[in-house]
Amino acid sequence: MTAATLEAIAKVEKSPGYWSGVLRRIARDPVAMFALCVIVAMILMAIFAPWIAPADPYRGQMLRRLRPIGTAGFPLGTDELGRDMLTRLIYGARLSLTMGVTPVIIAFFIGSAIGITAGYVGGKLNSALMRTIDVFFAFPSVLLAIALSGALGAGIFNGLLSLTIVFIPPIARIAESVTTAVRKIEYVEAARASGASGFTIVRVHVLGNVIGPIFVYATGLISVSLILASGLSFLGLGVKPPEPEWGLMLNTLRNAIYVQPWVAALPGLMIFITSISFNLLSDGLRSAMDIKA
Amino acid sequence: MLTYVAKRLLHTLPVAFGVSIVCFMLVHIAPGDPLTSVLPPDASAQLQAEMRKIYGFDRPLPVQYGLWLLKTLQGDLGVSIATGRPVASELWRALGNTLMLAVLATVIGFVLGCLFGFVAGYFRGSWLDRLASFVSIIGVSVPHYWLGMVLVIIFSVQLNWLPATGAGPGGSADWAWDWVHVRHLILPAVTMSVIPMGIVARTVRALVADILSQEFIVGQRAKGLLDAGVFRHVVKNAAPTALAVMGLQLGYLLGGSILIETVFSWPGTGFLLGQAIFQRDLPLLQGTILVLAMFFVGLNLIVDVVQTMLDPRVQRS
Amino acid sequence: MSAPLLSVSGLTKHFPLKGGLFGRSTGTVRAVDGITFDVAEGETLGIVGESGCGKSTTARLLVDLITPDSGSIRLGGKEIGPDLSVRDLRRQVQMVFQDSYASLNPRLTMEDAISFGPMVGGMAGNKAVALARDLLARVGLDPSRFAGRYPHELSGGQRQRVNIARALAFSPKIVVLDEAVSALDKSVEAQVLNLLADLKAELGLTYIFISHDLNVVRYMSDRVMVMYLGQVAEIGPVEALYAAPAHPYSQALLAAMPSMDPDRRTMEAPLAGDPPNPINPPSGCRFHTRCRLADTVCSKGDPGLYVMPEAGHLAACHIHVPGSGHRDATSRAGVTA
Repeated sequence: MTAATLEAIAKVEKSPGYWSGVLRRIARDPVAMFALCVIVAMILMAIFAPWIAPADPYRGQMLRRLRPIGTAGFPLGTDELGRDMLTRLIYGARLSLTMGVTPVIIAFFIGSAIGITAGYVGGKLNSALMRTIDVFFAFPSVLLAIALSGALGAGIFNGLLSLTIVFIPPIARIAESVTTAVRKIEYVEAARASGASGFTIVRVHVLGNVIGPIFVYATGLISVSLILASGLSFLGLGVKPPEPEWGLMLNTLRNAIYVQPWVAALPGLMIFITSISFNLLSDGLRSAMDIKA
Repeated sequence: MLTYVAKRLLHTLPVAFGVSIVCFMLVHIAPGDPLTSVLPPDASAQLQAEMRKIYGFDRPLPVQYGLWLLKTLQGDLGVSIATGRPVASELWRALGNTLMLAVLATVIGFVLGCLFGFVAGYFRGSWLDRLASFVSIIGVSVPHYWLGMVLVIIFSVQLNWLPATGAGPGGSADWAWDWVHVRHLILPAVTMSVIPMGIVARTVRALVADILSQEFIVGQRAKGLLDAGVFRHVVKNAAPTALAVMGLQLGYLLGGSILIETVFSWPGTGFLLGQAIFQRDLPLLQGTILVLAMFFVGLNLIVDVVQTMLDPRVQRS
Repeated sequence: MSAPLLSVSGLTKHFPLKGGLFGRSTGTVRAVDGITFDVAEGETLGIVGESGCGKSTTARLLVDLITPDSGSIRLGGKEIGPDLSVRDLRRQVQMVFQDSYASLNPRLTMEDAISFGPMVGGMAGNKAVALARDLLARVGLDPSRFAGRYPHELSGGQRQRVNIARALAFSPKIVVLDEAVSALDKSVEAQVLNLLADLKAELGLTYIFISHDLNVVRYMSDRVMVMYLGQVAEIGPVEALYAAPAHPYSQALLAAMPSMDPDRRTMEAPLAGDPPNPINPPSGCRFHTRCRLADTVCSKGDPGLYVMPEAGHLAACHIHVPGSGHRDATSRAGVTA
């Protein structure tokens, strides 16, 4: 090694990496940043619910049932059992966010693992895995979620399980198609020519190039998952009373639309705000990562 | 072309087979014995054993599946536990109602979606684009069951223009094409149309923007071709994909109608499904889901074939 | 000739074509169909031919990116498989691909791309990075400027230099250059070719140089192999083959070569049409459908490689085989003999 190169090793100009570029671009996107702020606020609200909420989410006063928005002491009114709506909406973020986001996170890991394995290994394993995925794809997502949790019965765990099963196939399918595409590019061939094992190639050369598109796709599913999770509770599946959860609250307040219509509509508004924020953030991420829709 | 159709059919068969297995297994993943929903909780052990034999639950699973499949293929979907009536006949009545609702919603959603999507794609980057894109993102983000409630609040509770629930006056299930009945259809159909509207708008926007940036269109515009000519090009090139998206959306709505039908008490398959869940009527649940899923599989097949016929660029592989 | 460094014998690769109703095999692409050749240590063997003739498949077979159906590859006398592991082969035979952009992982910096191979081979991380920077300097890229860059920040020529550096990271004996300079601008191409020549002299490398550009092949190679539809049409020392091509296909290829001399301008296309489909190659000599000298025997028997009078010059044409039955066979063989 020459002296010049030895010296050069000390000072190498490092270009910013891909992900730091993505972060820089999305930080300049006002819509995505606004959506991110809303999501962070929702998460903080969920975490600090006991400190923020003015009242007990479970204790109601039968004499103060279905008060309108703007009642003294109950800024957002009360529900059908006289519980403070503001408190229950704040607490509702806990279960609604958990039920909506967790299945996508779990499905992201499982689906990516299945899809990347199928895509990289190819051949018969790919066919077998993808044909199985096709079967679950043959159900519209709402129907599959309802079928599974309808058969399993109500409950938080059954709801999470059903939703996770619903989101594994689409994520696996995306993962498989991007991996199959990457596997054919020459840098993967070059890595094989250097004698690296399949696992090392996937870790160093495949993962970094496929995880972006899969991640963006998965973030786009969060909004669907939130709506579906609350939808399950709305149907009496998923979360059971008296837990505060937006979909369930919407269900129990349904009969109140003739008495306090706007109070009854509030939980849905929360779902809507959260869901649209995730969608806007996902869109921002997509364009920051320069992935075609 | 014929080979393609045959290949696509052959690809569908194993999927349909898999779907039937999933539907069959639904009853068996249910907690406890499938019998617990049929029998009173204090049934004697002897009675339980007898019933198990009658229902065939004592045989190995593959045998049970084979027998079930055989019955299903003959149109026998079992008997509803709640009503005691055959599942198939219950379903048949509900299916028509759901189909009517879903088709109408798809048509509304397609027309509005094309309009918004075309405007957004044609005036890409302008405030019209941003507005139309915002409307479409609302369409895919809104919890439709909540939107249904809001529409009921506005148009039924506050304005009292349209009925809130049911398919006819006094909860009657008989349908007729008169205003008395059609006014029941408006709110659920509009609510339901929001999802396909958003998705169609997004697709059409991307398609139109893509086509307009293609060289032959840029050339046409540069040559001073009238906008009508450009419009024709865009429609010709975007139609196959947009129609395919619409077809798939119809399938999603058929399968996903349960939430909206519950909000509006619309007597369709979703409402039936809701009842089946509420009463833990597993045969009804199984039958409904099987039929809806098969509908979706069939629709997928038709959409693929039609799209290939319309658009020679689609790879037939 | 002393014992060859690389000896390829009867190498064959057929790709099954899937299709039809049940995904059954509807045919095979005979990409490489029984090719045999040697490469001596320190020489450059050029491989030329039209697109689809099996050049790239041959390259990928040599580094075992695809597994041959039959035939053997011997490296330094040891047969790949029984005597020498694929892992060892890959360390000694490296490859540079045509597409400089696609052959670099967009998420890796240049030094990470180069050091990946040695690290897989067990080299410590900091040593591998130091090696990578040293190699960057060797291929003419200042490590302090280029080591931390990503592929999209480099020009095509710079990326191809990095690809060469990566191939050299194993200290290979043989480098397979698969159209490695074809996508570059002419001026950049010349620079990279000079770099390759310098590296070869410096490190004592052996090249297998695949290109469709006959001028570049002539400049780079000691010997040339002409391929047609997965088979060797002719192989021989570069000057002998360019001066007197023995196979009608080589003659046509060389006649189509652009010339700087206005008096030797190509007036008509020496070869008409596209090469036949490799799924159903013509019988006998595969070139007979386009050959101006074709005779009845050509569609019947495969000529096989026939030794020409010059040392190491072989051609697969009936016309050079006395008594082959070709109408011109004896007379022509008589002339050259």
